[in-house]
Amino acid sequence: MAIDIGITSETDLERDHERHESRPGVRTMVLNMGPQHPSTHGVLRLLLELDGEIILKAAPDIGYLHTGIEKEFEVKTYQQGVTLTDRIDYLAPLSNNLVYCLAAEKLLGLEIPPQAQWTRVMLAEFTRLNSHLVWLGTHAIDIGAMSVFLYCFREREDILRIFEMFSGQRMMTSYFRIGGLALPHPRGWQKRVRDFTDIFSSRVDEYEELLTTNRIWTGRTKGVGFISLEDMLDLGVTGPMLRAAGLAIDVRKDAPYSSYEKFDFEVPTRTENDVFARYQVRIEEMRQSLRIIKQALEGMPSGSHQADAPGIVLPDREKMKTQMEALIYHFKIVTEGFRVPEGEVYQAIESPRGEVGCYMVSDGTQKPYRVHWRGPSFGNLQCTSKMVEGTLIADVIASLGSMDFVLGDTDR
Amino acid sequence: MLEDIATATKSEFGERTIEVAPGNILSALRRLRHDHKFERLTSVTGVDRYPAEPRFEVVYHLQSIAGKQWLRLKARVPGGNPEIESAVSVYRGADWYERETFDFFGIRFLNHPDLRRIMMPEDWEGYPLRKDYPVTGTRY
Repeated sequence: MAIDIGITSETDLERDHERHESRPGVRTMVLNMGPQHPSTHGVLRLLLELDGEIILKAAPDIGYLHTGIEKEFEVKTYQQGVTLTDRIDYLAPLSNNLVYCLAAEKLLGLEIPPQAQWTRVMLAEFTRLNSHLVWLGTHAIDIGAMSVFLYCFREREDILRIFEMFSGQRMMTSYFRIGGLALPHPRGWQKRVRDFTDIFSSRVDEYEELLTTNRIWTGRTKGVGFISLEDMLDLGVTGPMLRAAGLAIDVRKDAPYSSYEKFDFEVPTRTENDVFARYQVRIEEMRQSLRIIKQALEGMPSGSHQADAPGIVLPDREKMKTQMEALIYHFKIVTEGFRVPEGEVYQAIESPRGEVGCYMVSDGTQKPYRVHWRGPSFGNLQCTSKMVEGTLIADVIASLGSMDFVLGDTDR
Repeated sequence: MLEDIATATKSEFGERTIEVAPGNILSALRRLRHDHKFERLTSVTGVDRYPAEPRFEVVYHLQSIAGKQWLRLKARVPGGNPEIESAVSVYRGADWYERETFDFFGIRFLNHPDLRRIMMPEDWEGYPLRKDYPVTGTRY
């Protein structure tokens, strides 16, 4: 390999020119893109070896945002761990809350009441909208369409307000807890959600109006960023990228969780397998998410927002004043947490970016023995070299944007 | 599935785990991919069972898209010389996952094309996810 990240001086570069195997005699140039490049959305470093404008070799370098979250899980109680999951993928906090809680609940054998499950589905779909809106806005900016960003962030603001209404937080929500939800539904949430669902469909039309038939947009995205389906499967890519290559893979359908089987929605696919197809898939996913949110709003079951599991979910405040047992449970949960039976589980869900998996090992104590986070961005980024090698340097921005990665999720 | 080389199998929480000896890992992965149609390697990671021996578990999660199922494959490697054959020749996607496992646990993957640290700096000492590695503290 002609480039490695050990390049520190001009002599190294010269040496690399000499060594280039496939094109002897061609003088190449190594371009260091990132880690502060605006289109890498975070801190991704790409080393590109160029022959003129053609990329001969691309080597992504990650790890700039590594925060040791997997180690941190091992010293936090199970319930405290929920707050860490928000910070892994900061554009999809509720999806991460969900997969972590589902894994712990599987180990505990907890039965989650329908209301909590439906609320989880509804908010997970809001998270998908939120993430796709940020993706669409920034992807369009990268390619040169400034105004789409402002439109997208207008709707994102509404979604963040809904998150704030439910959880008290706009981004680091931690609203799903092991055993159900952190708080009961806020007053008047139906109106806020209905206001959103009433307008959102026409707002997606607006984005499409700005982009789908826009000549510059199609020129920059059609036929760009191709990578074969076999390569993607082999390299660990998941999510919308696979669906844009014609494979209708979606954990919500393949292994339904949190009562997704009760909702009526489709898995959109395209076959062109380029940046434009990925854009179309995500636009269509927004419409499908809206469908799910509407169903959740109309059919929201009544009942409890938490499982009936004393010793795991915090007792009601009122009960603590009258019942000794509730007070003891409260004290125990807050001071030492709860014990989770020994075992190991792998829970996968469909996050906006693809399959997020949580592998949780318990040794029977109050803290997880090991949590491994299979971030979709990590797998998706692995196909960078394959996708951009042999293409033009100007297309790297569009190709990278179509992967929709979050570096926090990659580096953890 | 893999009855002849499995040293242990269990089914818990609706998930199947198959354990094989580290020497058989490549043939196990190859057979799962080609005979049992597990097209995807979802992740590779490690678990440190310190101070028990063999100390490390190398854990592979596989998915069969057509069969809509997940499978966990495991091999235990000793703490003194943690080495196992790399899966890259069977699933190219194992590349970064094995680098990550090497980075965090110090498990060496033999015949890996580019076994370098991926998250930690190149000159980092120690392997952070080992159980005998402190959570807090400064390096000298």
